[in-house]
Amino acid sequence: MTDTALHPSAFVAHDDHHHHADADHKPGFFARWFMSTNHKDIGTLYLIFAIVAGIIGGGISGLMRAELMHPGIQYLPQWATMLHGGQEQTFDQALHLWNVLVTAHGLIMVFFMVMPAMIGGFGNWFVPIMIGAPDMAFPRMNNISFWLLVPAFLLLLASPFFGGAGTGWTVYAPLSTYGEPGPSVDMAILSLHLSGASSILGAINFITTIFNMRAPGMTLHKMPLFAWSVLVTAFLLLLALPVLAAAITMLLTDRNFGTTFYDPAGGGDPVLYQHLFWFFGHPEVYIMILPGFGIISHIVATFSRKPVFGYLGMAYAMVAIGVVGFVVWAHHMFTTGMSVNVKMYFTAATMVIAVPTGIKIFSWIATMWGGSLRFPTPMVWAIGFIFMFTVGGVTGVVLANGGVDDYMQDTYYVVAHFHYVLSLGAVFSLFAGFYYWFPKMSGKMYSELLGQLHFWVFFVGVNLLFFPMHFLGLQGMPRRYPDYPDGFAHWNNIATIGYMIMAAGMAIFFVNVIWSLIAGKKAPDNPWGEGATTLEWTLSSPPPFHQFETLPKID
Amino acid sequence: MLRTGFKKWVLAASLAMTGVAAAGGAHAQAATSPATAATAAPTGLRPADSNQGTSGGALQKADAAPAAPALAMDGAPALNATASAPGVGQPLDGVMHIQPQVTKNGLRAHWFHDRILFPLITFISVLVLVLLVVVMVRFRAARNPVPSRTSHNTAIEVAWTLIPVLILVAIAVPSIGLLQAQFKPAPAGAVTLKAIGNQWFWSYQYPDHGGIEITANMLKEGNQVAPGERARSAADGPRLLATDNRVVLPVGVPIRLITTANDVIHSWAVPAFWIKLDAIPGRLNETSFTIDKPGLYFGQCSELCGARHAFMPIAVEAVTPEQFAAWVRAKGGTMPAPGKASDAVIPQPGADNSAAVMDEAAVANAMTGPTENGTDTPTTSPQGATGNPGGVGEAGR
Repeated sequence: MTDTALHPSAFVAHDDHHHHADADHKPGFFARWFMSTNHKDIGTLYLIFAIVAGIIGGGISGLMRAELMHPGIQYLPQWATMLHGGQEQTFDQALHLWNVLVTAHGLIMVFFMVMPAMIGGFGNWFVPIMIGAPDMAFPRMNNISFWLLVPAFLLLLASPFFGGAGTGWTVYAPLSTYGEPGPSVDMAILSLHLSGASSILGAINFITTIFNMRAPGMTLHKMPLFAWSVLVTAFLLLLALPVLAAAITMLLTDRNFGTTFYDPAGGGDPVLYQHLFWFFGHPEVYIMILPGFGIISHIVATFSRKPVFGYLGMAYAMVAIGVVGFVVWAHHMFTTGMSVNVKMYFTAATMVIAVPTGIKIFSWIATMWGGSLRFPTPMVWAIGFIFMFTVGGVTGVVLANGGVDDYMQDTYYVVAHFHYVLSLGAVFSLFAGFYYWFPKMSGKMYSELLGQLHFWVFFVGVNLLFFPMHFLGLQGMPRRYPDYPDGFAHWNNIATIGYMIMAAGMAIFFVNVIWSLIAGKKAPDNPWGEGATTLEWTLSSPPPFHQFETLPKID
Repeated sequence: MLRTGFKKWVLAASLAMTGVAAAGGAHAQAATSPATAATAAPTGLRPADSNQGTSGGALQKADAAPAAPALAMDGAPALNATASAPGVGQPLDGVMHIQPQVTKNGLRAHWFHDRILFPLITFISVLVLVLLVVVMVRFRAARNPVPSRTSHNTAIEVAWTLIPVLILVAIAVPSIGLLQAQFKPAPAGAVTLKAIGNQWFWSYQYPDHGGIEITANMLKEGNQVAPGERARSAADGPRLLATDNRVVLPVGVPIRLITTANDVIHSWAVPAFWIKLDAIPGRLNETSFTIDKPGLYFGQCSELCGARHAFMPIAVEAVTPEQFAAWVRAKGGTMPAPGKASDAVIPQPGADNSAAVMDEAAVANAMTGPTENGTDTPTTSPQGATGNPGGVGEAGR
C-alpha cells in the first residue's frame, strides 16, 4: 500500500494541459492580489510577507549582535534617541530598547516569518496540489487569514514608537502587566490576537481541505508526507492557539480592566500565565518545525530517487510528536518552583519526544541508503537540516533533565538549542523548500551556483553564530542581556562575526532570487527527474491559475 | 475488570501523592514557626545583641557605609576578588565548559552532564554525521546509478525505536536521582537566606539571625558614579558582577534559600552552586544547598525583569562558620541559641553536608517530607492564610 504512495505511476493528472485556456483566466492586478481567493496567489503573498518579516526580524538580530560584539553598552542610547526622533533618552530607556529588540525579534521570527512561510506559504501552495484538489476548501477564509496578518504585523511594528513592548516574546506577567505601562504591550497583545485568529482560520481551512478534498483514490495513507505534516500542524494550531488567546486576553484585562488573574495581590498567580503560555508555546515549536519535516521528506526522496523509507512510521511519528508535544509544556518552567513529582514527570515526558524525532532522522538516512543521490541546492539544504536539527535535538535532551536545567535555564545554552532547531532547523527546511519549489512556483530555474554558495556561506555563518552560544551558556551567561561581564567577551565576539557571514549568505540568496526571476532559465514541468513523484510535478511550471478542473485519479 | 484495576491504582497513587504534599505543607509551616520565634524573641547572647534583637521584625537597614572596599566582614578581612582562582565562581573567557561546582548537588549534576549527557549527545551527533557522509559517498549517483526500491525493514524500524527508548531510560535513572537529591529539604539547623528580587537589586534577609537585612546593588564603574558614590574596585569583583553588599554564608552548613519578589519575576542564580530559583511575587520558593569551599561566587538575575535586568548581580561570600558568626554579630544580628534553630551543623539525611553532629530530632523532622517550593499567600491576598493549605506548591494545584 505504502509502496505506491510516492511512486510516479501512482499519480496521473488527467488532461490538465488541455485546460490551460480556461484555467488561466486571471483577474486584474488589484483583484488578483488584494482580493485573492486563489490558494497559489495567497501562498505567494504569504511567502512575500514572510520574506519581508524575515528581513526585519533578521535586521533586528543584526542590531543585537552589533551591541553584543564587545562588552559595554555601545549603540543602544543612540538608537533609542533615533527611534524617538532625536529626543535624548535616559539610560533606562536605552536599556528598555534592548528588551524591545529582543521581543520584536522573537515575535517577528515566530509569528510573522516561520509560520507564514511554512503553513501560509508552502502549505497553501502545495497542500491542495499534492492532494489533487483545485483549491482550498474555504477560499475566502483563506483570504482573510492572510489579510489579518498584515494589521497584526503593523501593530507590532508600530509599538516601539509608543514606548515599545520589552517583555520578551513570552510576555510573562507581571512584567507585562504592571511592569510595562503605556499602549505598546496592548498593541503587541492585539497583534498576537490577530495573528492567532489568522492561524486558527487557516488551520480550519487546512483540516477541512485535507479531510474532504483529496482526489479519488488518495487515502490518508497514500497522502504525501508534506500534506500529513500540515494536517498535524493544523490540529496543533487549532488546539493550542485558543489557549494563547485566553492567556493574553486575561493579560489584557489585568492591564486595563482591573482583573487580577496573574496578580497575587488579588489572589491571582503569575505562574498561571506561564502554564497557559507554554501550553500553547510548546506545541508552537512543533508547529514551526513539523511542516519542515514534511518538506525534507519530499526532498530527500526526490534526490535519492527512492520512496520515503518507512512512510507510515514517518507519518505517525509526526502525529506522536504532535500529541506528546501537548503534555510537556512545563519543561520551560523548571525553575519556577514546581514540586519534585511534577519536575520528574516533565523530565520523563520531554525525553519521550526524542523517540519519534529519532525515527524521523533515521528514516531520512535510510531513505538515502541505497538511493542514487544527487546534490542540487535543495538536497544540500535538506542534508544540512538533518545534521543541524540533530545537533539542536540532542541539546534538547540535555535540557529535558530538570536537574540539569537548573543550571541551563535562561542561559545562552537554551538560546543555542532553540536556534539550532529553528534557525538551523526550520529555516534550513524553508530554504530547502524554497529552492525545491522555486522552479514550480515561478516557472524559472534558480542559479545552482548561487544556491550552493548561499548554502555554504550561510552554513558557516550560522554555526559560527550559534555554536559558541553553547559555551556561553555553559559558563552561565543569562539570555536577554544587553551587556555582559568581560568573561563572556570572546564567544560573543565570534558570534557576531558569524552573524556577518550569515548576512553575506542572505545577500547571495536575494541576488539569486532577483536574478532568477529576471533572467532565470525557463523551468520544465519537472526539473528533478523521476524521483519527484508528487502531483505538483505533473503540472506545468508555474501551474495553471486553476488546476485539476478534472480531478486526478490515484491508483 | 482490568480498567477498574487501573482506576484503583491511579486513585491510590494520586491519594499517596496528595498525602505527601499535605505532609510537606504541614512541615513547611512547622519549619517556619521556630524561625519566627527565634526572630521575635531575642536570645541575648550579649547585651549589644539583645538590644538589636528586640527590634525583631522591624529590621535594621544594611549599614550603607560606602567607602570601604573591604565590605562584607565588617572588621574581619573581606575576601578579595582578585585572589580567587580564575574561573571559580565567575565566568572565564573563551572556555567551553561548565563553571567549577562547589556544592555536592552541583558536583553531581556536573558529573551527570560531563560524563553521561555530553558524551552521549556527542556520540549521537557524530553517528548521524558519519551515517550522512557514508550515505553521500557510497550512494552518490555516479557510484550507484540504480536506486533500490526498499522502503521497509521492520527489524531496523523496531530497533531504532527501542534502542533510543532504552538509552532514554538509562538517562532518566540518574536524572530522577539528581532531582531527588536537589529536593532534599534543608534540616532544622540550616541557615535560612531569604532573597527578594526588586527592580533592579536584590535584598536579603536572615530571619533566623536576628533579622539581618542587606541590600545588594551592582557597583558601577569609576566613570559612571556620581561624586562621592562608591565605584567598583578590582577587589569587589568583575564588572557587572560586583555588588556593594555581599551575601555572606557559612561553608559546610546547609543553606535554606527562600526566594520571592516585590514587583516582577526575577530569578536568583549562582552557577557555581548549580542553583537557579525564580523569585516570584506572591510566592515563596525554597531550595537548599551546602557550600563546600570558602570563596566568592557570582551570579546574575536570570528572568527578564525590565530595563536593568542585566544589572542586578548576585555576589555570595562563603566563609567559615566562625567568620559567619562574627559577621552576624557585627551586623547586629544574633546566632540562634542552641536547641532552637541553631548554627550547629546538623546532618541532612542522605548527605550534602559534611562534619555533623547527629541530632535525632532534627533528622526526624527533616524526614517528614519535602518542604521545597511552598507557596505563601501574601497578606494582601483575599485568599487569606487559610485559603491555601500552606506550602503544597504545585502538588496542590
